[in-house]
Amino acid sequence: MIANNPRTLFEKIWDQHVVYEEPGQQTLLYIDLHLIHEVTSPQAFEGLRLAGRKLRRPEKTVGTQDHNVPTTDRSLPIVDTVSRQQIETLRKNCQEFDVRLYDLDSPQQGIVHVIGPELGLTQPGMTIVCGDSHTSTHGAFGALAFGIGTSEVEHVMATQTLAQLRPKTCEIRINGSLGRGVTSKDLILYLIGKLTTAGGTGYVIEYTGQAIRELSMEERMTVCNMSIEAGARAGMIAPDETTYEYIRGREFAPVNFEESVNRWKSLPSDPDANYDRVDIFEADDIAPQVTWGTNPGQVISVDSNVPDPADFEDPTDRQSAQSALKYMDLTPGTPMTGIALDRVFIGSCTNSRIEDLRVAAELVHGKKIADHVSAMVVPGSGIIKQQAEKEGLDQVFLDAGFEWREAGCSMCLGMNPDQLSPGERCASTSNRNFEGRQGRGGRTHLVSPEMAAAAAIAGHFVDVRHWD
Amino acid sequence: MKPFTTHTGIVATLDRSNVDTDQIIPKQFLKRIERTGFGQYLFFDWRFLEDGSLNPDFELNQPRFENASILVGRKNFGNGSSREHAVWALDDYGIRAVIAESFADIFYNNCSKNGLLPIVLNADHVQLIHDRANQHDAYEVTIDLNEQTVVDDYGLASAFEIDSFRKQCLVGGLDQIALTLNHIGKIEQFEKENGDWLER
Repeated sequence: MIANNPRTLFEKIWDQHVVYEEPGQQTLLYIDLHLIHEVTSPQAFEGLRLAGRKLRRPEKTVGTQDHNVPTTDRSLPIVDTVSRQQIETLRKNCQEFDVRLYDLDSPQQGIVHVIGPELGLTQPGMTIVCGDSHTSTHGAFGALAFGIGTSEVEHVMATQTLAQLRPKTCEIRINGSLGRGVTSKDLILYLIGKLTTAGGTGYVIEYTGQAIRELSMEERMTVCNMSIEAGARAGMIAPDETTYEYIRGREFAPVNFEESVNRWKSLPSDPDANYDRVDIFEADDIAPQVTWGTNPGQVISVDSNVPDPADFEDPTDRQSAQSALKYMDLTPGTPMTGIALDRVFIGSCTNSRIEDLRVAAELVHGKKIADHVSAMVVPGSGIIKQQAEKEGLDQVFLDAGFEWREAGCSMCLGMNPDQLSPGERCASTSNRNFEGRQGRGGRTHLVSPEMAAAAAIAGHFVDVRHWD
Repeated sequence: MKPFTTHTGIVATLDRSNVDTDQIIPKQFLKRIERTGFGQYLFFDWRFLEDGSLNPDFELNQPRFENASILVGRKNFGNGSSREHAVWALDDYGIRAVIAESFADIFYNNCSKNGLLPIVLNADHVQLIHDRANQHDAYEVTIDLNEQTVVDDYGLASAFEIDSFRKQCLVGGLDQIALTLNHIGKIEQFEKENGDWLER
């Protein structure tokens, strides 16, 4: 590699992690951190056992229980025997293969993409993988992080590497500042709406521009988290002072911190670096967003109406919109603010961090949720739960009529008992509004924590920019 | 992994874009700790009505698709969750190849790790296959991975792209971990040169 050849953040990390490459082959990439959880790891451990293989570097593997765990009283046994078996299997596997596990009874247990950054495991310049598509979250730190399947989980366990084709690079630049009441969740939903759910396929996205630089780490994680919803392999944001300050002092932060910061400072894309594609957006154009359909690209501003499928030019898009509206039981032309809700879910790897809970609590403080709404808050980790309780946020939520739960993925995917009933309509701070995602027949609208909190009080969507 | 060389089979249509992995295998079936037995749950919420009976409106339930081993979709097939269970479900159900205009990355990768061939064809050829599968009972295509072609008895001869490494692994049914471990010396050397960041 020629030293003065301008490179992007992605290219720098990729180049630094190439173990082996030859023409016509995929590149063998070294993996710095492998996060595992109970759902996508059991078959990989079993594969190792059957082949008589070990974990090559167990100290670079960290596990937690999140997808399948109950969010109710943890001192009670798990009722669902199949869930319990999966959780016990991870426990046994981590013991057998000597992997650090943040188990159900650990105060640091939580959603894998919440605890990685929280513990300081996630650091700039790293390659990070996990058997979960929302691994893109960690890209917020200027890491190359992406989701993999279970076969690849096993490959990383056995070799600490992955064979990969080099993805293309895409810069998404957002000029200007986000307006009041407009969050990073609205930003990423807006972008997915513009790019479509396949617009990023084959690309690693780097988010740049003033609006991105102004985001906190929590907000950046929300943006990178949903990169996969635009089909992207990964999302990244160059590290800066915000990043370094977030990591400083965390349990796994580098011991020689300043030395690391100096190294990290070489990571941001060089000024003349080229991307395969550049898309530019204006922060001014972005309003609070609400999804109306059954994929995250079917999204619109809260001050708009439910779209009419007849207005879609592409026949497959039109057909998609038609079937989505049928599933969602929505009529074209209905104001988004006229949509009444049954449930509100604040949680998930997209929006369950302390900042998310603070803004939601501020909005509901002293108010009551609407009579016909049931609402729950599920903190992303035990640490967040503890911090929120220290700040009295739990009481604010409880007083307003929310349930306050233990940490986990919960109703984002409804693997545990936290599910929608058929026909129930939910304002959710999670990442996927697929059919049945939160429960068979359940109807999901993706929104920011602010929008979810306000909707819980009002009983329908409101434009938080003009709501008190 | 079972090898994929050539395959001739009946084509079933799935005429929708963005078929996500939550639909292919809903979350309630991800609790198994085995790789097998997922076929019965494939497209569960679409295939079965609330009372557990077959949904007569769902394409795959049509009798003419009963023995299908090739699925033709539309755009962005397999988007969403990384769950490899989606591929295990298709495989266990008897699907050997999926043809679509485009695939989501992780799903595409997962397919090729399980001997299931994902084939990208242009929109015209995908449309042609949809049309013919709807016109003819037990419409078949023949897939030749070595030649990288999809042909039928009515004149379709379509070429597809696949990267050479993936092709080599699929054709040979190769254990990719074993292949990588052939380079163990290079991995050790990399680790020696790059040191450790994670201290315990």
